[in-house]
Amino acid sequence: MADLTVAPAPPKPTRGLTYDYVTRTIARTLGNPTRGYYLLLASAVALLGVGVVCLLFLLRYGLGLAGYSHPVYWAVYITCFVFWVGIAHSGTLISAILFLFRSAWRTAVYRTAEAMTVFAVMTAGLFPLIHIGRQWHFYWLIPYPNERGLWPNFKSPLVWDEFAIGTYFTVSTVFLIMGLIPDIAAVRDLATGWRKKLYTLCSVGWRGSNEEWRHYTRGYLYLAALATPLVLSVHSVVSWDFAMAIVPGWHATLFAPYFVAGAIYSGVGMVITLLVPIRKLFHLEEIITVHHFENLAKLCLLTGSIVGYAYVVEYFIAWYSGNPNERAAFWYRAFGPFWWASWTMIICNAFLPLLLWIKKIRTNILALFVMSIFVNIGMWFERYVIIVVSLAGEPYSEWSNATYNPTWADWGIMAGSFGWFFMWFLLFVKNFPAVSISEVKEVLPPPTRARVAGGH
Amino acid sequence: MTFPIPLPRPLQELLQPPPTPGVLGVFAHVDAIVEAIGRLHAGGHADFTVYSPVPRHEIEDALGEPVSPVRIFTLTGGIAGCAFGTWLSLWMSYDWPLVLGGKPVGSVPPYVVIMFEMTILFGALSTILGIVFNALFAARRRGTILYDPRFTNDKFGIFVPAGADAAGRVETLLKTSGAEEVRRA
Repeated sequence: MADLTVAPAPPKPTRGLTYDYVTRTIARTLGNPTRGYYLLLASAVALLGVGVVCLLFLLRYGLGLAGYSHPVYWAVYITCFVFWVGIAHSGTLISAILFLFRSAWRTAVYRTAEAMTVFAVMTAGLFPLIHIGRQWHFYWLIPYPNERGLWPNFKSPLVWDEFAIGTYFTVSTVFLIMGLIPDIAAVRDLATGWRKKLYTLCSVGWRGSNEEWRHYTRGYLYLAALATPLVLSVHSVVSWDFAMAIVPGWHATLFAPYFVAGAIYSGVGMVITLLVPIRKLFHLEEIITVHHFENLAKLCLLTGSIVGYAYVVEYFIAWYSGNPNERAAFWYRAFGPFWWASWTMIICNAFLPLLLWIKKIRTNILALFVMSIFVNIGMWFERYVIIVVSLAGEPYSEWSNATYNPTWADWGIMAGSFGWFFMWFLLFVKNFPAVSISEVKEVLPPPTRARVAGGH
Repeated sequence: MTFPIPLPRPLQELLQPPPTPGVLGVFAHVDAIVEAIGRLHAGGHADFTVYSPVPRHEIEDALGEPVSPVRIFTLTGGIAGCAFGTWLSLWMSYDWPLVLGGKPVGSVPPYVVIMFEMTILFGALSTILGIVFNALFAARRRGTILYDPRFTNDKFGIFVPAGADAAGRVETLLKTSGAEEVRRA
């Protein structure tokens, strides 16, 4: 067996892909990193460093650094929390929901999406802890028997959120690891040297015997079936953090489906942002094809349209309800001092995806990449608008003229969160197969005596 | 893989059990392995192991195995999780009652969220436990039967445990079914 690092590019089979070609092409992504990879990793770590420094200042001097001013006490950190949880959602959609729907195209992209989910939840989970002010008391969130016999208030949506996010992180992590095991075994059987030792340990003795597959495939099905309602519940619960309060602009029954659609929209955007460079860097053009990107774009179009519809409904209900506070809040949102944030969100999330009706754009990878960045910007601003602008514009508040501006501590910690996310993601794609080996092979026609070497 | 240091006898047998005698057939084609499974069944073999790089329904159908018991684990875990979530939210509410506006201390509708999340969490974790438990115990001869690293790449395989007397017959059976390569242990 040749070392992965020096293995030559496998020759492209003449008719369709073969099992061997898929295994070797994906295993080659784990070879020795190039200078470009180290450069990317270094920038991610540097960005994380900026965040860590800002966080240290925040720990030392307190939340006063965060630019809060009455009545805006939820701002960039909560925005980032909702943004990152949202990013996570499309990963589970692609890995679990499309698995139950038997969409064959998901196999090439789901591992990347799933890894993105785990790292996005890891990033999101930091923000409530940063936001709580006395960060060293974070464990007070956990229901544990303390000396005063106090327990968390289970009627609070914040406690629901903690349970939802905790469950989501655990389940998406075990789902990712579960899917990785057969692939690590495949890499183990090709690798040499220290990589062989590492993958032998991580593959937990997987050999692909009939007994292993029998329990594995069943278990995988049940995990997908459990993850599907979970992913819908998690962003619903996140939306109830807002909808359960009476702030105009938050207090709406629309919030759960609106947030779930927005989460998947932003997540698919991030999947495209991540897949385009990975495909290029790792030469996976044969495995992740334009067809896959087109399907992701269609998913973007669908969820973007739901988000656009939700925006229309929000404004319509604000007017139709006849509630003066609700009307004032939405007037403030569109034409108040934060008009630029609101219109960024509306243009990026409601109008931009309409371009995806055009097949030429759906199949143009560069165009999709650029669009996906705007999707991410738009969805970040959606959360900013919902959280900050709704609070700043509380129309019943006499002192609501307070303006809010994020400070360097806010921006720094937000930048750090991107560094943290990309650092984990880059480490993952270099050490574990970023595309599922066994599932890509599963959707290929199997080699039979009549159809030698896997052709169509 | 051999253990680097010599071990005392009982440990030696536990960690390095002697290899199971038998025949390993390497197949390139899925229809050939399905044929071989059928002929092994017809020949009265039941205790063989099939390797495949991907799960294939053809192989599953040919083997005709019962549905995996993992589902019992999932169900049990889910029910246990739901019960735990119910107990957690209700007992903790009554342990330190927060009476607000005369509303019920333990109100079930908001606690459904906790119950639901715990159902999923326990269900998922016990599914994992079920897979690990079943796969480990099913592969009770793990490491003692022949294996080939190509089985995770592009080849299928069958290992048939057979003594020296039966090995010849099994070899012929695998070869005539279309095995590319046959090895004996």
